[in-house]
This record gives sequence, structure tokens and C-alpha cells, in this order.
Amino acid sequence: MNTSAKSLDIDPIPLEATAASGGLFHTLSNAMIITRREVRDSFRDWRIIGPIVILTFLFPFLAQFVAARFATYLEGFGAQIIGERTIPFLLMIVGFFPISISLVIALETFVGEKERRSLEPLLSTPLSNTELYIGKTLAAMLPPLISSYGGMAVYLLSLLTGDLAWRPQLWLVVQIILITTVQALVMVTGAVVVSSQATSTRAANLLASFIIIPMALIIQGESAIMFLAPDAESPTGIGALWAIIGGMLIVVILLLRVGNSIFNREELLGRTLDTINLKAMLRHILQSIRAVDEQGTPARSLLDWYRRGVTLSVTRLRLALPITLVIFLAAFIGGVLIGQLPSWQMDLPRGLPIRSVAGDIQFYTGMVFGESNPVLAIAWQNGRILLGATILAVFTFGSGALILTPPVYVILGYVFAQLINAGYDPSFMLPAVLTHGIIEIPVIVLATAAALRLGAVVTRLPSGLTLGGAWTQALGDTIKIGIGIIVPGLILAAAVEAYITPQVVRLMLGG
Amino acid sequence: MIEAHELSKLYDDFLAVDRVNLDVPAGTVLALLGPNGAGKTTTVRMLTSILAPSAGSARVAGYDVVKYPEKVRASVGVLPEQHGLYERMKAVEYLDFFGRVYRLSAIERKQRSLNLMERFGLTFALGKKLGEYSKGMKQKLALVRAMLHDPPVLLLDEPTSAMDPQSAKLVRDAIIELQRDQRTFLITTHNLSEAQSLANRIAIIRHGRIIANGSFSELARRFVGEQIMELRVRGILNGFAGDLAHAFAGKLNIGDSGDDWVQYSVAEPNETNPQVIRHAVGSGVDVVSLAPISRTLEDIYLQVVKEDEAQGGAAREHLR
Repeated sequence: MNTSAKSLDIDPIPLEATAASGGLFHTLSNAMIITRREVRDSFRDWRIIGPIVILTFLFPFLAQFVAARFATYLEGFGAQIIGERTIPFLLMIVGFFPISISLVIALETFVGEKERRSLEPLLSTPLSNTELYIGKTLAAMLPPLISSYGGMAVYLLSLLTGDLAWRPQLWLVVQIILITTVQALVMVTGAVVVSSQATSTRAANLLASFIIIPMALIIQGESAIMFLAPDAESPTGIGALWAIIGGMLIVVILLLRVGNSIFNREELLGRTLDTINLKAMLRHILQSIRAVDEQGTPARSLLDWYRRGVTLSVTRLRLALPITLVIFLAAFIGGVLIGQLPSWQMDLPRGLPIRSVAGDIQFYTGMVFGESNPVLAIAWQNGRILLGATILAVFTFGSGALILTPPVYVILGYVFAQLINAGYDPSFMLPAVLTHGIIEIPVIVLATAAALRLGAVVTRLPSGLTLGGAWTQALGDTIKIGIGIIVPGLILAAAVEAYITPQVVRLMLGG
Repeated sequence: MIEAHELSKLYDDFLAVDRVNLDVPAGTVLALLGPNGAGKTTTVRMLTSILAPSAGSARVAGYDVVKYPEKVRASVGVLPEQHGLYERMKAVEYLDFFGRVYRLSAIERKQRSLNLMERFGLTFALGKKLGEYSKGMKQKLALVRAMLHDPPVLLLDEPTSAMDPQSAKLVRDAIIELQRDQRTFLITTHNLSEAQSLANRIAIIRHGRIIANGSFSELARRFVGEQIMELRVRGILNGFAGDLAHAFAGKLNIGDSGDDWVQYSVAEPNETNPQVIRHAVGSGVDVVSLAPISRTLEDIYLQVVKEDEAQGGAAREHLR
């Protein structure tokens, strides 16, 4: 061993050369440094390379052999169609098996590195969080995806050179390649989210069932579609598969956002234990409910809480509110447009006196919501939809909130269009809707926006907040808005709808 | 080079770092000492822009750790608690990878890797897989990685742990050499003798708070009192201790004594000690030696922790 005190004999490097300078090319170039290393490392692990080689070069031949035997066997029973539909199904399976490894690689790449403590030197470099995230995501995806494409190519080649007369539809093959790609993306992006919340491979493997189970169900659904879809032979591909590809792409985008948002140094190194501190969590939620400013100062009085606290929470919806409004408006316009489609038009009786309908409005309200306590019934009707939307939003990164509430506006737009089509003046709807709607609609918009933020906050963490911190703050805000505005607003709107709206309608239209 | 002002880190309801103030100029080695869980690693991670401070501010190599995290990380070389090497890679590939990450040119990557590997006696292992490295070799390679981009600031956690004495000396020599070249070091260690030999400044952190900060002599004076000298003579002292106390009243205080030795504490040793020797010789005492009783960083550290405990450190721990 050399023990002499040699000079370090190294030239100083200008700092700017080592610091990141931004830009898409720069980001990708830095990300690729990570990807290259990780891919090379993966290919050195026989536990990864072994299955990849088998699934790329051996399994497709086995699948082709099975498909050929199966088709011939079924032909004898006159069930040729089942045999033929097995062929694209097996193509999908040949593609899926290698990408299932991407989940393992992703969990290994993120949590494995965290567990081996080799992440910290990497996090101490000038690479940005996004560069690290892209680099590692690509590294987890590329080897299995290349193997998957390779396997499918081998399978298709063996089909083309084999005895079977069946030839795949071009668009069906494209669909299967796209499905394989988005499935790999879903698994890897999901694994990143799982990994960032786990400190050990064991914990990550347990959490991975949140990815494996839905993915298994999707594969089963896709298999059933490939066998049973009426448009299975369509030259433009199977419609339901296009819908699945589109849906999964949305999931990928959401997961990418969540991943990029929570794949940060703070989350990765700040978290040391997989334990839940319920007491601290509850305290944070309560603090957030009582807070009147960003520092978390508790309200001095109920008036102070309303004046500053609730306002603060509503202010935090500045991004969710316009999105909700645009979606609601789009839902209403969509309803009107659907109502214009000939196949969707209703055959309403024409020339009925509106006055007679106006006279019956209180009767119908009582019939639908009950005579005894219509206020609570109406408030509960709206409240449960908003509660459902809020719960659904939590599990769907906020998108659930925008699925459950806008249908009302689609129906409203649709009815509006039908009335115009039948030759009625739709302005008579205004007193029936707006009298209580002037309270109810803003309350629903606010509640939907709060639910949207609650679910979506994990996709875009506020600066300086961790995932847990951001979510408990959003939950506190949602509860605050719920108690302060939504519940009283819904009750008030219901009272107006039950007792004042019918009077206003009768007054304005007679009857 | 490293400035921290009221730097704090709060995890949920746990205050890991509590209003830490540091000022480490260029060419300084700061030893950050403290028990396990005191907040050393969290402080270092905030200074590396890995963790965001909950409050306070810090600048490293002139860059704010919150505003310019990438520039801060480009300016520091970090040796974390765990070396964190990729065991399936060869050293040459490993250093090439980090060189790329730091945007070094191909020539720079090669030259600097070779020079540093040679400096730490690892040239023979360049082509070896890191999984085959011994613990000490891994630690040295992790140091090479931290120094690869020639950072002006180095944050090293237990830099010589797991190393044999020869390798540890190599590392210490490298630190001293780089310090002369105006590099700034922040070293966290439990090896107090190493900290004493390397550091110009020492900070002791406990329960997230800096409870002592200064040079060795400043801390020694503050926490373990004045310099204690021991005078050894040939023969028997025969009341010389009393004579000394009388002659130098106000300048020194007599401590323990034996037949042929006496200890005294002195505020101004440079001025008083020559006078003491002259007085002894003048009194016919044959002086064998006059030497300071060595005070180690360990004495200071234990005293600092003891005083902090007495002042309610435990209560603070409870409150955190």
C-alpha cells in the first residue's frame, strides 16, 4: 500500500461546470447517466437477466406451439374462432410476462438502493429530483420493455413462419404493443410511489399488491375482451381496448405526477420508519382546521375562524376552483350537445301549458324527498354525493371528484336541450333551478374543488411540505370548508329548495 | 464557506436540529461532535441541500442551501455515514459514473480518478468489483468519490472509520493538505483524538443544539479551566510548594503535590512559567521538568456534556 504523502495533483474545476443548468436536453442527458448505470447493473444480475432471456427467446416459441396445438384441437370441434382468438391473447401474455419484471426492478432500484444506503451519495450530487426520477424510471422500464418487444417479435415471427393460416390484424398488434407499454408504465410509476413510502424491500413488496392486484384484474378484463368483443376482428382494433389504453394513460400521467412530486430528497431521506404516528397526524389535522394563517396560528374566536381561517382554506383552492368550474361548464355544454344528437332526442309532448307544471312542483318535491322533512332529505341527497366524491377523490388523485358531481350538469344541459327541441321556452327553468341554485351551485363547486385538491395535492406538493404534511393540511382545509361552508350551505339551499323555490316558480309562472 | 444561522429541522413533532449557528471560514476544519441522535447527520444533510431547513438559513460555498440546492451540491463533497457503494461495479466504472454526474470531461474523470486512487493507495484495485473491497478500502473509495470533483467544501462523516492506522494517517494527511489549499471541512466523528488533531474549530451538538463552539484552547479554557503545569524536581521538595504559592500569589494556584512534584494552575503560562523556573533554580531546587498536564478533547467533551445535563439538557430532550 502506498503511504507516501503525494500531492493531490488535481486541477480545480470551475463550479459552473459541475452545477446543473436546466433545460430539457440537459435533464434528459443527466437522467440517461443514471439510466445507463442502472441498466448495466441490472444486466449484471443473473436473477434479472435469466428470466429476461427465457421470456424473450424461449417462452414465445412455447406460446406459439401451444397456440398452434390449441387451434388445431379446437378446429376438430368446430370452435375454430376460440383457437384463433387465443393467438392474439397469447401475444399479449408473451408481452406481459417480461414487463412484470419491471415491477421487481423498480422496487429494487428505488427501495433496494435506499435499503443498501447507496442512495445518499447519489442524492448528494447536483442531479435534480426530476433527473433522478426520470433516470431511475427509465432504467426500471427499458430492459423489461425491450425484452417484451423482443418476445412479441419472436412470437409473431414464429407465427408467420409456422403452419397457422391466421394472420394478426395490424391494429390489434399495435394495440397489444401499446397496452404492454402502458402497463409497464403503470407498474413502474406505481412502484416509484410505493417505494418512496417504504423504507425496506419487505414493506415495498407488501405495498406492491396495490399494483399487482389491479393489474391482474385488468389483464383478466383484457383477456375477456379479446375473446368476447364483438369488434374483435375489426381492422381498426377493439374499441374497448382503446378505452383501456386511454384510461391507463391517464393513470400513468397521474402516477408520473405523483411520483415526480414525492420522489424528492426530503421524502426519501426524511422517512426512516414505516410507522404511523396517528396521534401526530390527528394533531396536525386539528391544527390545520383551527389555523388562520400559514404559520398555523389557531383562531381566537369563531368569528376569527370564519373570517381568516375559512378564507385561508378557500384561498388554497385557487387552482382547483377554476378547474372545477370549467369541468362543470363543459358538463353542461356536453349535456346540451348530447341532447342535440338525433339518437338521444326524447319525444316530448309539445304545447303543454307550463303553468300546470309549475303548480305541481311542490307536489313533486314532496314526492321525491318526502313530506315530513324535505330539507334534511334534500341536504342529505346532495351531501352524500359530495361525501362520496370526496372519498373517491382520495383514491383517484382527485379525478373521482370530477366524475361523480358533473353528471348533474350533463343532465341539466340535456333537459335544457330537450325543452328547446320540443319548442318550449327553457327560461321557465331559471326560477326552478336558480332560486336555490344561487346557494347550492357555489357550495357544490366549492365542495368539489376541495375534494379535487384533497386527492390531487399528492400530485403537486406545496413548496416546503412533505407528502404527509401536504395531505393532512388539505384534509384539514376540506374539513374546515365542510364545517364552515358546505354543511350550512347545503341545509340553507335545501330549505330554499323545499319551501321558497316552489313559491317563486308559482309566482313567476302562475299555476 | 459554511454559514448557518438559526438553522432548524422539525420532523412532525420532533425537533432534530434546534437553531444551529455555524461560521466556518475557508481553510478551516470544523469537527462537529455529539452523541448519536444529536442532530449531526440532519445538520450535514441540510448543509448539503438534501433536506430543507424548517427554519433559519445556511450558505455553503456562497450559495443559499434553499435557493441554489444544485449549486450547493456541486460545491460539496460528501462522505455519508454509510459509504453506499454499488457493489457490482468496478472502481473505475464507479468513479467514471460519478465523474459524469459531476459533468467532468472524460480526461478529467480518468486523470482525477487515477490520481486520487494512487493518493489513497488503491491503484491496484481499480479493476476490482467493489463487493470484493475490504471495509477500509470501501471507505477510502467513498472518500475518493467525495473528492473527485475537487469541491471547495467537504462534509465527512467518520472519515477514518474501519480503516487501519496506516490508511487513517493517509486520510488525515490528505485532509491537512487540502485544508492548506483553503478547502473547508466539516467532520462529524466520535474519534475525539482525531478531531483534536485535525480540527481548528470544534462544535459540540446535543439534543439538536450547539452547546459549545470554539477552538480547542478556547473550549479548554472555558470548560476545564486554566492550564495545569507539573513541576518535577530532583530530591525532596521540602516546603517549596508553599514558597511557590507565596511568591506567585495571584498568578498561580497550587494543586496536588508529592515528594518530588507539584502541580499548579496558571492563567498566563508563557509569562509565569519562566519565572517559576528561575525562582526554583534561585531557591536551589534542581528542576527535572516543567510540563503541561495534557488535557484532551475527551475531557472537554465530557465536561461540556456534564454541564449541559446540569443545565437541563435532559429537560430539553423531554420537550423535543
